[in-house]
Amino acid sequence: MIFTEKRQGDFMSSVIETKDLNLWYGKHHALMDINMAVPKNQITALIGPSGCGKSTFLRTLNRMNDQIEGVRIEGEISLRGENIKNLDANVLRSRVGMVFQKANPFPMSIYDNIAYGPRILGVHKKKELDEIVETSLKQAAIWDECKDRLKTSALGMSGGQQQRLCIARALAVKPEVLLLDESTSALDPVSTSKIEDLLLELKKKYTIIMVTHNMQQAARIADRTAFFLLGELIEYDNTEKIFSHPADKRTEDYITGRFG
Amino acid sequence: MMDISGTNTSDAILTAKAGISAKRKAKIGALKGLMYFAAALTTVLLVGIIGYIFFRGVPHVTWNLLSTTPSLLTDNIGILPNILNTLYIIIIALVFALPIGVGTAVYLNEYATNKKLVRVIELATETLSGIPSIIYGLAGMLIFVQAMNMGTSILAGALTLAVMTLPIIIRTTQEALKTVPDSYREGALALGAGRWHMVRTVVLPSAMDGIVTGIILSIGRIVGESAALLYTAGMANEILTPLKSITPGNAGATLTVSLYMYAKERGQFDVAFAIAVILLIITFVINISAKLLGKKLKK
Ligand SMILES: Nc1ncnc2c1ncn2[C@@H]1O[C@H](COP(=O)(O)OP(=O)(O)OP(=O)(O)O)[C@@H](O)[C@H]1O
Ligand SMILES: [Mg+2]
Repeated sequence: MIFTEKRQGDFMSSVIETKDLNLWYGKHHALMDINMAVPKNQITALIGPSGCGKSTFLRTLNRMNDQIEGVRIEGEISLRGENIKNLDANVLRSRVGMVFQKANPFPMSIYDNIAYGPRILGVHKKKELDEIVETSLKQAAIWDECKDRLKTSALGMSGGQQQRLCIARALAVKPEVLLLDESTSALDPVSTSKIEDLLLELKKKYTIIMVTHNMQQAARIADRTAFFLLGELIEYDNTEKIFSHPADKRTEDYITGRFG
Repeated sequence: MMDISGTNTSDAILTAKAGISAKRKAKIGALKGLMYFAAALTTVLLVGIIGYIFFRGVPHVTWNLLSTTPSLLTDNIGILPNILNTLYIIIIALVFALPIGVGTAVYLNEYATNKKLVRVIELATETLSGIPSIIYGLAGMLIFVQAMNMGTSILAGALTLAVMTLPIIIRTTQEALKTVPDSYREGALALGAGRWHMVRTVVLPSAMDGIVTGIILSIGRIVGESAALLYTAGMANEILTPLKSITPGNAGATLTVSLYMYAKERGQFDVAFAIAVILLIITFVINISAKLLGKKLKK
């Protein structure tokens, strides 16, 4: 891992920090000594060849890997200075939201999808929920497309709409961090660019970490980019730096398409 | 290289293909004939049996039969008690089997981390569902009637059938839970849902059609059961109040058991056929409602 002079400066405003993070799936060592500070209100992209541990890393941040049998984690992850091990997993997940590769709206109405998270947190008054549903859908730039059909099934929406609905659903619990795992990889270019614009807008209020296989996408919208290889964080720096003067030969090989 | 046009070889291949396709056509023709025959035979048998039962039974399905109690003094024959008993047994058996069955399936599919234990329980339920019902009757008699002192009673019969239908409910629920995509579970957990909340709000609703199918299959099993009830619920033909039906010691015959009694012990085939007609209609209604409900819940 290559430290850059910028890292110290980011330290103060970082929302998530990992310290010597290691993860094993049984005997398979999937993450090795990851040290990373994710700055507030920025988009951080995770890139790297398939199987290098991007999803694994992302899922440790909201402890989704707790679900998987045989996972062992060492090291520390802190959210605003608090060790996430000491947080209730459910509370953590309402603070660190996640959007998956494939849109996964629940088989219920658009409204109930958005209200799902707030209801878990104990919001039940219709007026409050109405307001949350509207603002979340607006934030995800999909309000106009579905305001007249809030009570219809979310499964009737197009793929791109469903993914924006999932973003809205994640935003409804007002998370501090939003994790996206290749969330545009299954979408057409128009939907993808809509979501990219949306993320650029959202970063004003949220901290975003996204996994992407699309180099152009990382270059277009990410402020910071982290390059993973075989479970190691090889290089982590400002996106421009990574794409114009990568410090590590392996990063350069990857972004110029020489492997992976 | 020369053969790019392929004239020589392709001729041979074409004739070969033609030969094969002729053979295949003959084969398919024969298979089709066999299938039509089998289908026709099944239909004829089914229509024959049902037609015969209706022919013999329908004239004897009277309002008096449906609404009265049998009496040896007046020579009256009525099956109202049996209709009620059937209903009681369905309800009581499901009250026990449903929560336990669905709970077990949810535990196995959503909570259990010990794969071996899951396999063992699954094997046990599979085995249990294959056991002849008379053996459930025997076990029910030993456990509920005798050891637990319930006597020959609706309650003992219902509990026996609850045990008998448990594997059906567990298995159909489990199958239904397996069809719920993991992405729903992950989505719910990622929003901060606890496991039980996730199961209750996302998993169970998505599995509901399968669970309902299981319930209806169980009802069908209960309605059609006689062997397991002979020793446990008994053969009484008195009207029981709902309260009595759950009190130990109150025996009662269901429709199926009474059919057996009228046909076998008293030789009153007119009544037996009338009951058969009623059972057929009930079965028919159950199957149709299963289909309709399943479709409605899928939406
Ligand atoms: N549940 C699991 N059990 C065991 N090994 C796993 C599990 N999930 C992932 N792995 C392994 O961990 C490594 C990292 O996987 P991960 O899914 O994090 O990669 P990724 O960088 O997201 O890849 P992709 O770009 O294909 O999504 C891989 O070698 C993978 O096989
Ligand atoms: Mg991945």
